[in-house]
Amino acid sequence: MNKINILTPDKNNLQTYLYTGIFLFFLSVFDVSLNSFFNINLTSFLPGSISFFLPLVFGLIGLHLIRIEYSGIKNLDLINKNINTNAFNAFLSLIIIFVVIKSLPPLLSWFFLDANISGDSKDACTGSGACWTYIKIWFNRFMYGMYPNDEQWRINLSFISLGFLGSVGFFATEKFKKYLTLYYVVIYPIIALLFIYFFISGGPIFFDFSYGIIALVVSIILGFFIPSKFKMYYFIIVPITIYILLKYVFFYEELIELGKLEALEWVETGAWGGLSLTFIVSFFCLIFCFPIGLFLSLGRRSDFPIIKYISIGMIEFWRGVPLITVLFMSSVMFPMFLPEDLFIDKLVRVIIAISLFEAAYVAEVIRGGLQALPRGQYDAAKSLGMGYWKMHIFVILPQALKLVIPGIANTFLALVKDTPLIFVVGLLEIVGMLNLAKTNPDWLGFAMEGYVFASVLFFIICYTMSKYSYNLEQKYKTER
Amino acid sequence: MNFKKILPQFLTILAVILVFGFFTYNAQVNMENRGITFGYGFLSQESSFDVQFSLIEYDGSHSYFRAYLVGLLNTILVSVIGIIFATVIGVVVGIARLSKNYLIERTAAVYVEFFRNIPLLLQIFFWYFAALRALPLPQKAEPIFGVFFLTIKGLFVPAFIWNNLDIFIYSIIAAIISIIFVRIYARKKQESEGKQTPVLYISIGLLLILPLLSFIIGGSSFSIEIPVIKQLSNTSFTYEGGIGLPPELIALALALSLYTATFIAECVRAGVQGIGKGQKEAAASIGLTPNQVLKLVVMPQALRIIIPPTTNQYLNLTKNSSLAAAIAYPDLVLVFAGTALMQTGRAIEIVSITMLTYLSLSITISIFMNWYNKKIAIKEK
Repeated sequence: MNKINILTPDKNNLQTYLYTGIFLFFLSVFDVSLNSFFNINLTSFLPGSISFFLPLVFGLIGLHLIRIEYSGIKNLDLINKNINTNAFNAFLSLIIIFVVIKSLPPLLSWFFLDANISGDSKDACTGSGACWTYIKIWFNRFMYGMYPNDEQWRINLSFISLGFLGSVGFFATEKFKKYLTLYYVVIYPIIALLFIYFFISGGPIFFDFSYGIIALVVSIILGFFIPSKFKMYYFIIVPITIYILLKYVFFYEELIELGKLEALEWVETGAWGGLSLTFIVSFFCLIFCFPIGLFLSLGRRSDFPIIKYISIGMIEFWRGVPLITVLFMSSVMFPMFLPEDLFIDKLVRVIIAISLFEAAYVAEVIRGGLQALPRGQYDAAKSLGMGYWKMHIFVILPQALKLVIPGIANTFLALVKDTPLIFVVGLLEIVGMLNLAKTNPDWLGFAMEGYVFASVLFFIICYTMSKYSYNLEQKYKTER
Repeated sequence: MNFKKILPQFLTILAVILVFGFFTYNAQVNMENRGITFGYGFLSQESSFDVQFSLIEYDGSHSYFRAYLVGLLNTILVSVIGIIFATVIGVVVGIARLSKNYLIERTAAVYVEFFRNIPLLLQIFFWYFAALRALPLPQKAEPIFGVFFLTIKGLFVPAFIWNNLDIFIYSIIAAIISIIFVRIYARKKQESEGKQTPVLYISIGLLLILPLLSFIIGGSSFSIEIPVIKQLSNTSFTYEGGIGLPPELIALALALSLYTATFIAECVRAGVQGIGKGQKEAAASIGLTPNQVLKLVVMPQALRIIIPPTTNQYLNLTKNSSLAAAIAYPDLVLVFAGTALMQTGRAIEIVSITMLTYLSLSITISIFMNWYNKKIAIKEK
């Protein structure tokens, strides 16, 4: 047997070092686990601080003994390379392992073991852990705000249909791929707006609207019999003619009754809330801030000095102020700037304010992409005889936008995370609802559960978004 | 051709003027109807409201302008505290994310992913309404190190009571100036003779010795005032003496620094990763030690990448500190755009002053950053 030198473990006595080291390491982990899970202190006969630090010392010695380079054992080498390169690293690794072991029992007990979910009042929560009953009872409120219980299917239905309509891009065949941009930029937002207005809000169906639908349906059916040569003119002229005929010549009296039908109960925006409001606000701000930001970024790089400086002023102004003051402005200052009889809904004002605010950030991100393109791209496009708009739409923007996918995704994430701020104007999305529920006299003292619940929700939403943007970035990555 | 250039600009200007004209006209009509006149004269009127926590002397008999200053100083206070902690946490986590130790790298990654994907407002609420509410009452608080008291009413720390504070401050200023001179001298010496001066040790020495001299010769001294518990009524206790930091400030500073630190950590990581492997190998091949490689080759280049986005994060932190309004920490937005606005009803004036304050703050910093960027940009030959 070779001489054993404790200070410098080497390969010659591999087995001895390995077994002693692993034994010491597991001894220390075992001690800490016993201590934390069963509250047993093996080393209680030692004085306080020594007993406290003993597992650390054991663990360090153990890790020191198994730190053998090129041992030939695959797993050992892997461990050494990753968590055990030197004494300091071993120390940090041990600390992390111990902290995890120590914090597991209280976390587990708070989240699951001592938590309550049964029952439907505060009295059901007897354990020392979390009271998930609170979340269960308030779940509807956290999701839909003050929206009437009987009408919540409207929100669900709208979101599900919009979700389906939004996923059209995944199923589109090659033939329809070229229309996708048009669909997502123009048609989808309009459909969404109609859904929100007529379905979630329950706006009255104007009789004009029903005439319009009839005109459209009739003209589409007739449209199949028209030769394609005239289709363009047909779809401009015929619907309008039918509409005017319907409105002023035919069924005026009959249809006015049909148009007055109020199918759904009107729910004012003040009653909207919860996670659904978060989604609505983020969705519309996303849709609006992108084109505004695009135009601002183009304006900032424009050759026209006046447009350039106005764009710079807009961008720097919105970027320089906190969102909360912008919302203050939209709620207390903006109404002063409007004629007295003109009233704009709170939710609309908020959406405009957030869109303008985020548009400035989007503009700066897009500008980064525009600047990153080499001059040659511009020159090449111009030499083909393209004008300003043609050059940007077909050559510059597709490349520039591809470059800035991560930046835009980050801005959108920031937007989603900023939506809780609308509490300033009195709209209560999920965080606002939590604060409201927390002050309910029947449910005092469950702030922690509520915030943990909302944090998990937001984490899931934002983390999925960031992972998705990463995938998108990888997908569109082109070597240059 | 000329016409084509002028027309869009003319239309833009026309649109802007029309929109602004429309707004001003409406504002005038509305203000006339409500019987208010536009003007900033109200700033010197007596404010007659109180602020819970202020760095300068303030009560209801002071003017609105003073209230504005109180709010501004509170904003600056929480931003400075947040920036210091965010930088420390961010740099540590950023370096941890580069660690070869798998456990450390993962822990740092989990921290970053977790804290940056949760809205800041939610974090502030969490710390203020959930975490800090779990702290003990003043009479039950255990002292930390015998002098700090962390209670539900805030953190109470000992205060320094100074004699001849000005001499101490002068000594520190003198130390900083001499350190700058030593650095310049060291750089010149290195450029001309190629010798390195131990700048770090000299700087630490100067920073220790000069203030020490101010104690011995200058006659400055200090005593420590430890907070003492005091009974207000049967069940209500508080601490007297020392400095009391309100829980709002703690929650806000905690949330801001933990949130912003994740972004700073990513900046640091990107900066160090942005240095090509070749740079390190080249430095090692001319015989620099690993420490010298880090100090002379990696860090100067990495800082060039790190500093601009980090300053941006500082700016974000300052702007985010306006969320203080949600938990009633008396910052600029709450004191001025909240209370003062409610009392005076001067929406346009007050919101515009608040926005201009933040705007001038960020524009100053961005002008400074542009100057700095130009200064440190690589001068290509």
